[in-house]
Amino acid sequence: MAEHDRTSVRTPQRRLLIDMQDIHKSFYIGKPNELEILHGIDLKVWEGEFVAIVGESGSGKSTLMNIIGVLDKPTSGRYTLNGVDIHAAADNELAAIRNRQIGFVFQTYNLIARQTALKNVELPMLYAGVPGGERTRRATEWLRRVGMAERMRHQPNELSGGQKQRVAIARAMVNDPAIILADEPTGALDSQTSRVVMDLFHEMNEKYHKTIVLITHNQTLAEECQRVLTLLDGRIVAERKGSGRRGIL
Amino acid sequence: MGFFENVSLALSSLRGNKMRSLLTMLGIIIGIAAVIAIETIGGSMTGAVTDSMSGMGVNNITVSLTQKTSDDEQGTTAQGVTLRRFMDSTPSEEDLMTDAMIQDYRDAFPDKVSDIQKTVQVGSGTLEKYGDPDTTITATVTGVNRAVLDGIADDTPILSGRWLSDDDGDRRICNVSSKFVEQAMGCSDSEAVGRSVTLTVNGMPYTFYVAGVYEYDDSSSYMFGSIDDDSIQTTIYIPLDAARAVTSASDGYESFTVIVADGVDMTEFVSTTGSFFASYYTRNDTWTVEATSLSSLIEEMTSILDTLSLGISAIAAISLLVGGIGVMNIMTVSVTERTREIGTRKALGAPSSAIRLQFITESMVLCLIGGVIGVILGISLGAALAAAVGFAAKPSISAIVIAVGFSMAIGLFFGYYPANKAAKMDPIEALRYE
Repeated sequence: MAEHDRTSVRTPQRRLLIDMQDIHKSFYIGKPNELEILHGIDLKVWEGEFVAIVGESGSGKSTLMNIIGVLDKPTSGRYTLNGVDIHAAADNELAAIRNRQIGFVFQTYNLIARQTALKNVELPMLYAGVPGGERTRRATEWLRRVGMAERMRHQPNELSGGQKQRVAIARAMVNDPAIILADEPTGALDSQTSRVVMDLFHEMNEKYHKTIVLITHNQTLAEECQRVLTLLDGRIVAERKGSGRRGIL
Repeated sequence: MGFFENVSLALSSLRGNKMRSLLTMLGIIIGIAAVIAIETIGGSMTGAVTDSMSGMGVNNITVSLTQKTSDDEQGTTAQGVTLRRFMDSTPSEEDLMTDAMIQDYRDAFPDKVSDIQKTVQVGSGTLEKYGDPDTTITATVTGVNRAVLDGIADDTPILSGRWLSDDDGDRRICNVSSKFVEQAMGCSDSEAVGRSVTLTVNGMPYTFYVAGVYEYDDSSSYMFGSIDDDSIQTTIYIPLDAARAVTSASDGYESFTVIVADGVDMTEFVSTTGSFFASYYTRNDTWTVEATSLSSLIEEMTSILDTLSLGISAIAAISLLVGGIGVMNIMTVSVTERTREIGTRKALGAPSSAIRLQFITESMVLCLIGGVIGVILGISLGAALAAAVGFAAKPSISAIVIAVGFSMAIGLFFGYYPANKAAKMDPIEALRYE
């Protein structure tokens, strides 16, 4: 495995969670017009890493995120997530992979309206078939860990942006996925709240050893991560070690 | 995702759009309420009519002379018959049914005929009120055989003396009511037995001896609304032959009543009886015999009600169809509105089947609530209408079960398309939806 590895930061004995080789993604916009967004992405993420993928809008960030999150399949190339080859998977199996392996955190929170924070956190377990009592117990525990124990009976419209994002992080963690996939998680938050949310991600990484892939256009934010990949025009053009310094956002 | 999660999810979603949900249910509510209301009214009407008629004897067949219609005229010239019909509006002596026919009939069906009620109408008899010669009392005088008296003995038992018997021949004796004794004779019931009463019938005085006094049934006077003592609705029964002597009538009958033995198929026996007597009249140009029973009347009425409820059901079906389309419409809107929610659920690992089930459940719960409201509304409406006509409400359990089941089926049928649309959504597109 070591000879394929181009990254400078790695711990060889750790498990390889994301293994992407020569990923291409094209879209057809009317017949002869084929638009290739990703031109051969090679990406490896090991267990316990906190990786940032940085890119301006139009760099193919969202497309890459959709492929990492198994919401979309690549046109060509190989993608193995936590040992599972996603090409062979049918739609329902992809849903099950998302459910067990990926924890999504969105810029717009995407909490279900008119459902309490507790119900929202229970949702991934509902689709995993976890029985009711166990669901509530685990959801309550995770809401406590993100500091939302007092407000777990509140509905999303009664919560602030930062609080909503903390609920979303609890929801991402609750099924114990292989990776947390965070798409601009602080994009809609002020700097103080962003700091709180980023600290929470660091805590998830350090305390619970959760692998995190952070997708952002914000260089300062990316700097906090262990490894920073720069995406430009559908290619990974740079890869460096992050400073790990938590600055003012 | 379990059943209860889906139902509670559906309820919370419907609660979030109360007004919209209610308006959507309206078509279902109206359709179901119409069906249940008509079933309730129909059920209570048939129930009430059956109850009241069974008291009057559903086991009776009335056999009566009736004028032939053109359908019955086989081989006769139309003009001649029509002419005769206008001339003979009442049957002549030769046309009447005879005791010989009745005896033949009894011999033909000994197991099925338990008795024959024969009556001869005499008319009104008048006499002075006791102690008040200026006031006149009117009573109906009827010649009867023992079978008629057996039929009334349960409701109006004999108080003193005895009932007339078929062995009394043309003796001038009678059975009178206790009310008549009080009004016309002014003595006790037992004193009245053996005494004579003189009645004026058709301008001629006739004297009868009281053989027995029966209890006066005052419910019949309420029915005609007369509380007036002078015109009490009371009947004086005299033997058949005595009645014939008074009216100088022949031995025939225009009509009589057959008491049928228990356990006989009425529908079949009514038509058998009709054709038995009609066979005596094949050569008669004007008259034939018709047999009817209360049970055949009830059947006729039930079939009218069935036709009526079929018509209402057709209207209700249209209402349910329109309601169902409304449900489909609003579910499609709801799916579009919640595109992001659907995308989120899919990102969190919901398989398409779970999304489909979620929206089908929502549509079925919507229709079920509509159906239940419709049932409640329909029963209240039916009960109110039944009460207005004076019947007890009888909601049909089977109609309720079918209505509720049917409304859920509407939810399933019309909810499938929008639910499937939700299930097939691309999660990426759905998450990006503004």
